[in-house]
Amino acid sequence: MHAIEIRALSKDYPVGFWKRTLRPALKSLDLTIEAGETFGFLGPNGAGKTTTLKLLMGIIFPSSGSATILGKDFLDPEIKRKIGFLPEQPYFYDYLSAPELLDYYAQLSGVPAGVRKQRIGELLSRVGLSDVGNKQLRKFSKGMLQRVGIAQAIVHNPDVIFLDEPMSGLDPVGRHEVRELIQSLKDDGKTIFFSTHILSDAEALCDRVAVIHKGELRGVGVVNDFRSSVADKTEVIWLGAGALRAVEESVVEPHITGDTVRGTVQSADLDRVLDILRQRHARLISVTPIHRTLEEYFLSKTREREKEPVQL
Amino acid sequence: MNSRLSAITLNTFREAVRDRVLYNLILFVLLLVASAPLFSQISIGLEKLMLVNVGLSSISLFGVIIAIFIGIGLVSKEIEKKTLYTILSRPVRRWEFIAGKYLGLLLTLVVNAVLMTAGFYAALLIFIHSLAGTDARMLIAVYFIVLQFMMMVAITLLFSAFSSPIFSATFAFALFVIGTFGEDLKNFAAMSHGATKYLVTGAAYILPNFASLNVISQVAHEQNVSGQLVLFNTIYALLYSVAVTVGAILIFERRDLK
Ligand SMILES: Nc1ncnc2c1ncn2[C@@H]1O[C@H](COP(=O)(O)OP(=O)(O)OP(=O)(O)O)[C@@H](O)[C@H]1O
Ligand SMILES: [Mg+2]
Repeated sequence: MHAIEIRALSKDYPVGFWKRTLRPALKSLDLTIEAGETFGFLGPNGAGKTTTLKLLMGIIFPSSGSATILGKDFLDPEIKRKIGFLPEQPYFYDYLSAPELLDYYAQLSGVPAGVRKQRIGELLSRVGLSDVGNKQLRKFSKGMLQRVGIAQAIVHNPDVIFLDEPMSGLDPVGRHEVRELIQSLKDDGKTIFFSTHILSDAEALCDRVAVIHKGELRGVGVVNDFRSSVADKTEVIWLGAGALRAVEESVVEPHITGDTVRGTVQSADLDRVLDILRQRHARLISVTPIHRTLEEYFLSKTREREKEPVQL
Repeated sequence: MNSRLSAITLNTFREAVRDRVLYNLILFVLLLVASAPLFSQISIGLEKLMLVNVGLSSISLFGVIIAIFIGIGLVSKEIEKKTLYTILSRPVRRWEFIAGKYLGLLLTLVVNAVLMTAGFYAALLIFIHSLAGTDARMLIAVYFIVLQFMMMVAITLLFSAFSSPIFSATFAFALFVIGTFGEDLKNFAAMSHGATKYLVTGAAYILPNFASLNVISQVAHEQNVSGQLVLFNTIYALLYSVAVTVGAILIFERRDLK
């Protein structure tokens, strides 16, 4: 069973004074997330990340499409016992103290009265807020609020956790701590779906990432592929333009400057290409593996369609 | 009552208390004390009449003002500040949210009215030096005031479920004023003819009628309130509040909360 399965989910917002025109914010999103996976939902500002999360949480309704969470329809109230949600830039009832807020949310999520107090105590120390006492949330710093936000998302011990930009607006220390917290949830075996545009966070935490831009899913990638030591392409530079003919079909986009040739070769073809070049007495200048970083992937996926080079 | 509903109710009450809404009680007592010299200027019989009128009218007015000022923000504030996001991502049904908000504000107003009534009886004791057996009749007036709160909370909540606080406040207050003269509307309907008659009669049924809920001057003049009126008012206020709250729920149920 998939933890989350999103099927052709779309959302159009009515815009303009008369709300007559519809503008798509999310265009037919299909996505599946496996149980126990940490999944990064990447996209630039206005991509549709928050829209997707609000749809999944039942805060707004889809124009079309549907989703299941843990095998049940996402609008089924009972499934919500098993999910947790941290909204972007969260704000909480500022007249409450942290324990009061968590108690309220635990009650709403159906945590029995008997276990609430103990769990809230543990949770506050887990997020590093054990010393806040009964201070009202209006006196909390942004970093403290973010931790309260994570605490409320997990107070009922959910299986699937949705976080909307959990690190935004935090200082480097706060970001590091939130990262550690997410890592510990991951170690607990939770399924985590989080949106971000901080690529290093995604790279550090996620198993897979999806890139969304202008409401469209542009690609899904496995993070390990981006950091693996084996590069799938290698840049080769040699002296001896005459040898190019023999390896032409294996070299992508060769550039010739005088007698020097620069081109990329699929790593699988590398040995063969190098052998041929030696046989032809070409002088190798450099052989450099090309690592594709998450950043390059992100940039290539979010580049405007129109500006993309025409592939012949 | 299910635990989610009671949690939302109590949290709404807690918010009102911590927002120091009940501070108006102090204002109420000060008002009564300050007006005391006024009463003693007038002859003994009138003194009580005045005190009952001023006391009960302020219980009603203070409550209605609180109902409007808290009521208009009950839903819109939670949407604007996005606190609703963390509520709806839990097993909370949308109707439970609206019903909890309704009951929480009503609880606030009832507690407020009970405390004010206690202050009012204390003022009677201090200035009139005695409580007659018939003074219990004034509790009926207070009961009717609470029925009026039930309706006002439903009305503000309905506006709050789909519009901005300023719009909600304006319309809720307008309905309060219209409702206060509800009897006139019915009389007008009785006098008119043709299409106007149907229109005005329809309006008289849809708009709230607070006139029959106001027995303040009656009890101030020590007149009896019939049991029939008590029964009628109870049923009317209940039906009206439920209908309006269901309307608020139906609007809220399908709304995109952005
Ligand atoms: N309530 C709304 N009414 C109309 N348009 C909206 C509404 N909410 C969002 N949009 C539009 O939908 C698009 C997607 O917005 P969304 O908030 O999902 O982006 P995001 O990926 O979360 O961006 P960010 O990184 O800035 O948080 C944007 O173009 C935005 O302007
Ligand atoms: Mg967003």
